[in-house]
Amino acid sequence: MTSAARKISEEKSSIDTLLAEHGMSRSEYDVLLKVLGREPTLAEFGVAAAMWSEHCSYKSTRVWLKTLPTTGPHVICGPGENAGVIDIGDGQAAIFKIESHNHPSYIEPYQGAATGVGGILRDVFTMGARPIANLNALRFGDPKHPKTKSLVAGVVAGIGGYGNCVGIPTVGGETNFHASYNGNCLVNAMTVGIADKNKIFYSAAAGIGNPVVYVGSKTGRDGIKGATMASGEFNADAESKRPTVQVGDPFTEKLLIEACLELMSTDAIVAIQDMGAAGLTSSSVEMASKGNLGIEIDLDKVPQREPNMSAYEIMLSESQERMLMVLKPGREPEAEKIFRKWELDFAVIGKLTDTGRLVCKRHGKNEIDIKVEPLVEESPLYNRPWEPTPAQPAVDANKFPLPKGMNVLGALEKLLSCPDLASRRWIWEQYDSLIGANTAQGPGGDAAVVRLDGGNKALAMVVDCSPRYCAADPVMGGKHAVAETYRNLCAVGAKPLAITDNMNFGNPEKPRIMGQFVGAVQGMKEACLALDYPIVSGNCSLYNETNGNPILPAPVIGGVGLIDDVTKTVGSSFRAEGEAIFVIGEAHGHIGQSLYLRELHGKEEGPPPPVRLTVERSNGKFVRNHIHSGDITSCHDVSDGGLLVALAEMALSGNIGCAIEQEGDAAFWFGEDQARYVVTVKDPDYLQEQLEAAEIPYLLLGQTAGKALALKGVGEVELSSLRTLHESWLPDYMSH
Amino acid sequence: MNAAVIVFPGSNREGDAVKALQRASGKKPQIVWHGDSELPKVDLIVLPGGFSYGDYLRTGAMAAHSPIMREVIARAKKGVRVWGICNGFQILAETGLVPGILLRNASMKFVCKRVTLNVESSDSDFTRLCKLKQELNVIVAHGDGNYFAEKDTVKAMQDNGQIAFTYKDNPNGSLNNIAGVFNKERNVLGMMPHPENAVEPLHGSTDGAVLFDSVAKVLA
Repeated sequence: MTSAARKISEEKSSIDTLLAEHGMSRSEYDVLLKVLGREPTLAEFGVAAAMWSEHCSYKSTRVWLKTLPTTGPHVICGPGENAGVIDIGDGQAAIFKIESHNHPSYIEPYQGAATGVGGILRDVFTMGARPIANLNALRFGDPKHPKTKSLVAGVVAGIGGYGNCVGIPTVGGETNFHASYNGNCLVNAMTVGIADKNKIFYSAAAGIGNPVVYVGSKTGRDGIKGATMASGEFNADAESKRPTVQVGDPFTEKLLIEACLELMSTDAIVAIQDMGAAGLTSSSVEMASKGNLGIEIDLDKVPQREPNMSAYEIMLSESQERMLMVLKPGREPEAEKIFRKWELDFAVIGKLTDTGRLVCKRHGKNEIDIKVEPLVEESPLYNRPWEPTPAQPAVDANKFPLPKGMNVLGALEKLLSCPDLASRRWIWEQYDSLIGANTAQGPGGDAAVVRLDGGNKALAMVVDCSPRYCAADPVMGGKHAVAETYRNLCAVGAKPLAITDNMNFGNPEKPRIMGQFVGAVQGMKEACLALDYPIVSGNCSLYNETNGNPILPAPVIGGVGLIDDVTKTVGSSFRAEGEAIFVIGEAHGHIGQSLYLRELHGKEEGPPPPVRLTVERSNGKFVRNHIHSGDITSCHDVSDGGLLVALAEMALSGNIGCAIEQEGDAAFWFGEDQARYVVTVKDPDYLQEQLEAAEIPYLLLGQTAGKALALKGVGEVELSSLRTLHESWLPDYMSH
Repeated sequence: MNAAVIVFPGSNREGDAVKALQRASGKKPQIVWHGDSELPKVDLIVLPGGFSYGDYLRTGAMAAHSPIMREVIARAKKGVRVWGICNGFQILAETGLVPGILLRNASMKFVCKRVTLNVESSDSDFTRLCKLKQELNVIVAHGDGNYFAEKDTVKAMQDNGQIAFTYKDNPNGSLNNIAGVFNKERNVLGMMPHPENAVEPLHGSTDGAVLFDSVAKVLA
């Protein structure tokens, strides 16, 4: 080195302590020594530890993620960029991604969730898109666990606090409760944006000598080592990790969106990348690496919130609402003017070089001087040992009839008011779902529908996963998560286009957990191929374990579909009385892993319902086509809780009852067999003909009528009393 | 109708207001940046919803002191129609152009839901096409919409016909279910609900359109 920066052996902490603190293994450290050919500085050590963390390097999962289908005729950009990009016609592109903020949200729920939303928004607008919708997938522990209530309150307020202020509608999501999340809640946030297909911005740096520019908020000491923290298990002192959580400033984010989009409307930007996990480190390394260039940064020029920050701190801070850009030479004044107008920091902090090295100076000393390529390419890659998940023995539905003294409607009441099926209104009323004046369907339906400005075209969006299915059979669970989003999109009349995945798992160093991951990837792959439904972006969150107890695996899928004419979409509410109600798709009364089995018999047993992908595809297509043609007036997929729950949800949301002629046992009403939809039509004969012609199994269930749900041979229940049960669980729980 | 929509840093429903105004009048309103001290000659000024300055101080408190607001106040006093929606209402209250203040919702939570309003006065340019007590199905989306004013102030407002709208089901704890108020001259309207999000079938209700149609007709 030119001037003598302090070597790591001169630091107060021993190398073993530093390795443990940074989650770096001894063998990884040896690679670092070899790359440098000398002892690192603390800053170099920190940069390498962050880049090689599980969070940034995907070192345990890359070998498997590579096997996923990521291409298709409409895919413009698959995984590897800030977000995935698909062609939606008319010169437009949809840009979207889902990302987890699990560990921070458990430690500090409001800020953890808020910055999760902020981070995913940046991933999308970084690519030149104006965000049009947010969604989220949340999982919390047992409602009886002492921490659950405060986590729910904090996470929901954080998501709302950020999204509402930035002014992007939060249009959909899902929330589950299960004891396996007692020590690790899951907070996955998804953003969808729209861009001009010919004006998409990428992160690969280009042009030796081009200025490297920092914009947004100042850098502080918050979130240092966040990526490392998110790459380890929790133990009893999770609370002590609070300083690693960042603080969100949605107001600045809103200004940053407007300023970036304003600059993007010129041609001044060569490359742009947001500063997410591992902050300035990952953004500068990734930009340089993608462009096969070097980058030189004067850390003294980085806008700083606090005095005396070290090179290590500046490089590893995860302060929010910051971006790194490479500009065309000479365009700095024009860019600066825009950012100043929006009252944001703007600083030229360095330039691109032909050395292939990351060089960072602080107070005149070279604190970092390391080859870029090995930080990305030579990051460790593990093919971790894995064990397949043993198959669960089948469950005989006959052994689990309705509990004594309870009829089908009694069971329905119990299910509709259980934590996993009770109304989420308390949550989504805290989100502004309508801003933008384009929300055709907000929270509460199968998929959200948001119209695009300037026409009748709309996007449908959904997030979904059933972790209990994945735990019982990861392959089927992975298939199911993909198929379920496909079904949700078809249920609003959308053509499913592509997905983003958020892989939430436990500790991959345990073969059992790695086996869950491998199985889920395999199932997802099969589903993506069979449904022509590629994965264009994603994120992994591993080490979701506390004191050795892993979460139920959750490969959360975010799906996006296209609707040509928004006026043709249907919702899941009954529309009018006197319409015929059909269930489309075949059922065998599968109760393994059903909510019926769990909530009424206290058993979490059996294999999940089998997913038949060819059937999913053909049933989905049938439903979609008959929504377009106007035959179907409302539609709801059959999922958690089974057929009767689906019927009740349609009746409640439309405030129109139904008279059901079909009779059946508990497995008939509550089995969770797949690829099924409940639809209403004005002309039952015509639909019947069409179903027969398409050779799709179906049942005519009855018709919409009155203000009660009436079952032949059983009795009836007033919608008002069902509604009270369905709507009151969550607000009651949160207010006591 | 010549309308201007003022944009503050953190405004986020200006686009929705623009669309609704254009729909009613056929004319695109001008968008005016808060830092401008010049305000074009217009006959309607709209302060849109959002979180001006992040709402980090008191809602609307910072925006009320931005350069453009001096001009807005001057125009309001000359009789130009000024319409503050949500954050715009909070800003109007901070400037004193309309009486009262907006407190944190009684639930202490942000609330986004459909609400039914009762029109309490059809004697204004904003409500000219409404019938008295007409019900309007619109939406609210706010964290600080809990209207409060001193007893005497409320009494005076009632006497002057300054209550514009009340909620049928109070979503935020507002005193006397007040959802929107006028100044004494009734050329300034502040309201928490978002009529701009209920103007076309896609919104599930078109009841908000009548307010835009009213001003558009009066100012045609």
